[in-house]
Amino acid sequence: MSAAYRKERLDRGIKARSDDIFALASYRELLYLIGPRAALIGGLLIFPLLRDIIGLVWLNVMLTACSIALLALSWDLLASVGLVSLGQAMFFGVGGYIAGYLNDAYRVPPLLTIPIATVLGALVCTAILYPVLRLRGIYFALITLTLPLLFQRLIEATKILGGTEGLSALDPLPETTVVVYIAIAAVLITLFGFRRLINSDYGLVLKGIRDNDRSVIAAGINISWYKAQAVFLAALPGTFAGALLTHQLQFVGILAFTANYSILPLASTMIGGVGTFAGAMLGALTLVPISELFRGFGTWRVVFYSVILVIFIVGLPEGIFHYVQRQYHQFERRAPLAGDK
Amino acid sequence: MSAVPILAVDRLHKRFSGIGAVYDVSFELEEGAALGIIGPNGSGKTTLVNLITGFVRPTSGRVFFRGKDITHLMPHERVGLGIARSFQMVRPFYNLPTFKNLIIPLYSPRARRIKGGEYGNRDEVAIHLLEEVGFERDSQVPYKMASNLPHGYLKRLELARCLALEPEVLILDELFSGMSLSEIASLLPLIEKIREQGTTLIMVEHRLRELFRIVKEVIVLNFGEKIAEGAPPEVIGMENVRKAYLGTEVGASA
Amino acid sequence: MAILIYGLVNSIILILAALGFSLTFGLSKVANFAHGGLYLFAGFAAWLLHKRLDLPYSVAILVSIVLTSLLGALIYRFILQRVRGIELAEVIATFAVGVAIIETFRSLGFVTFEFNLSPFVKGGTRILGVAIDYQRLFIIGVGLLLAILLWVFTHHTKIGLALRGIAQDEHTALTLGIESDWAAMLSVAIGSALTAVAALTILPLGIISIDLGYEVLLIAVAVSVLGGLESTAGLVVGGLILGYSRVIAADVLGTQWQTVVYLVAIVLVLAIRPSGLFGKFKELEERV
Repeated sequence: MSAAYRKERLDRGIKARSDDIFALASYRELLYLIGPRAALIGGLLIFPLLRDIIGLVWLNVMLTACSIALLALSWDLLASVGLVSLGQAMFFGVGGYIAGYLNDAYRVPPLLTIPIATVLGALVCTAILYPVLRLRGIYFALITLTLPLLFQRLIEATKILGGTEGLSALDPLPETTVVVYIAIAAVLITLFGFRRLINSDYGLVLKGIRDNDRSVIAAGINISWYKAQAVFLAALPGTFAGALLTHQLQFVGILAFTANYSILPLASTMIGGVGTFAGAMLGALTLVPISELFRGFGTWRVVFYSVILVIFIVGLPEGIFHYVQRQYHQFERRAPLAGDK
Repeated sequence: MSAVPILAVDRLHKRFSGIGAVYDVSFELEEGAALGIIGPNGSGKTTLVNLITGFVRPTSGRVFFRGKDITHLMPHERVGLGIARSFQMVRPFYNLPTFKNLIIPLYSPRARRIKGGEYGNRDEVAIHLLEEVGFERDSQVPYKMASNLPHGYLKRLELARCLALEPEVLILDELFSGMSLSEIASLLPLIEKIREQGTTLIMVEHRLRELFRIVKEVIVLNFGEKIAEGAPPEVIGMENVRKAYLGTEVGASA
Repeated sequence: MAILIYGLVNSIILILAALGFSLTFGLSKVANFAHGGLYLFAGFAAWLLHKRLDLPYSVAILVSIVLTSLLGALIYRFILQRVRGIELAEVIATFAVGVAIIETFRSLGFVTFEFNLSPFVKGGTRILGVAIDYQRLFIIGVGLLLAILLWVFTHHTKIGLALRGIAQDEHTALTLGIESDWAAMLSVAIGSALTAVAALTILPLGIISIDLGYEVLLIAVAVSVLGGLESTAGLVVGGLILGYSRVIAADVLGTQWQTVVYLVAIVLVLAIRPSGLFGKFKELEERV
């Protein structure tokens, strides 16, 4: 006859929890919940120490991965307020150029240029983007797509800020291991910071703007101002990454605005799961090393990302992180149909 | 007696791409009064509300709040002054629990300014507000997702959303639509209480009988024009008002 | 005088290049950011058909137009249809498809000078004292013809009006029996075909350069944003303004300023008057 079972999806018997508090009954449960997170953070913290085993190249890959992760986290915050950015490279480039310029023209040391570039860069980007915040989402997407290109062409045409050659011979940072630690720290701080933010009442307002801005306006809140705040906060990790990389490479050029810095964070977050922040980070930390492994394939990699991106948008919009999370917290089993003996 | 009306609308006029929606509407409202805005479907009632609250810019005309010209103010700024409105098509934050829906208005500058000290725990204030509009505190309902709320509760949530802002002028756009007589009856004491606190009330309604128990003055709109103004009994007796609602006779039939 | 003529030619080129994109968006509110990819595809397809499969040039052109149109329809069917309504997913998904197409050609090595299409008629003439080749004249002709045909189609034919109906109010259109998905697929297919026509008329002016894929998308966006996303008049005026600005900028400031013109145009318009010169989305500005 028909199938003698049905599929059930059950929670593993460990969960008794509300939003903030987990009611735990045993150390086993504690381990179950903390386990994955601790393992990941632990892994990240140990990684740079393994330099001698892994090699300097991979350490640099980790650095790039962290930059992309910062840009991906930034993208996720913007998406949480309803702004889709097709030009994360703008944050990266602006941060990089401000740091580079301060160092090149005024010999300001990296210890100062990086923080200044981070904050100033974020302010500049917010100011530039402010006029389109009151418009529909698609216009924000269009302008973020256009601005990095515009900056590239302007620098090229006006030859300011080093023109096509860029600014070189900038002050270096201490050894790579230290820099990687700084980057990892930045990623973790951003991750936890943004998560706390989005789960707070402030975050509720941001998400409200994304879901139903009419109601938020009717509640007496100036949504353009809140969007601007979100843009500023989201810009910070991006400009920081740009500034950090500028000094690590001791160089900044128009490639700082390249589409790669816009597409990769986008793909990472989509694959990892929009809105989770952890997904953005994991997506970046997976995608960049994989990309590195396939370095031999040249521009085919871009084709690869784009196709994966499309597949995820169309097929698995919730992203991998949600999927894995669901698998972890629930399990499927076949149960006999009621009435069957 | 205050000399300046709390709300005044002066020759508001709105055309959408060549089609008129509101023609030259003017009225004044005393503080603490209760005004009804009635008229057949499509007469421009909601557009008028949108014009007063700033969601739509007028083609010409002005809006005054306590004598101050607020025509150029953005909607959220008007809310800051104390003008709150409910929406005819209620759209809560579906992905949030019911009480969390109120966090957002409670987060507004106005709410923070007014509630001040007692602010503390916004969640607690939210639950309290829901109680006031008729949610039972100890039941599950305030914690349900807004997407699971039945219609009557959605309307109450909408009302609570406005009350969170402690408005001076409360504009309710078809609050009673879709509600049963008993549901409306249960809301009447609440509306009375709101009025007793001194809040000025404007209600756009189709349920005339229930409306007339609350307001003592109505404006009638038809095709965007104000065709009548006055106390309910007078107004419904007027010829042009009857024609507007019921239509005119085409001619003697053979 | 030279600037007058070259500016006109340039403008028509821009209008042609933006036509497919603008039409698709105006007819069905589908923003097809794979526009650049389709443009390149049309060019390379014609090249392959003519040079590798030895089909006669005119046949290759026709087949290429059909193939591009099909590709557009497929993109709609398998990708856009799934994310229909989520504007930003549409943008990202089609943009990613465009990138995939463009970079595939790059990775396959379609980058050398041998990839070019011949002009339809070789040679040139002088108009009002300015030297101009026949291909460019042909472009002007095609451009004008298409603009007129387009206007007639969208305002006076049943299908065109049906498609516009859907763009304006999907629910009402559905109640009138117009199937939304088929109509949208049709408008994407038509838009892609137009893009192919544009590609095949313009590419003979030079070589098929891969970066044109991105540039064409930029042009389409710039012209559409400047002129207003739903207006044929806007398309023409936007194209004219950009075309002349480009020629003047190249003349006065230098060729590296050409792309800057598009980009500045987009940014300025978005900041000052986002619905564009003739845009119908006035409610956007009224919207607070």
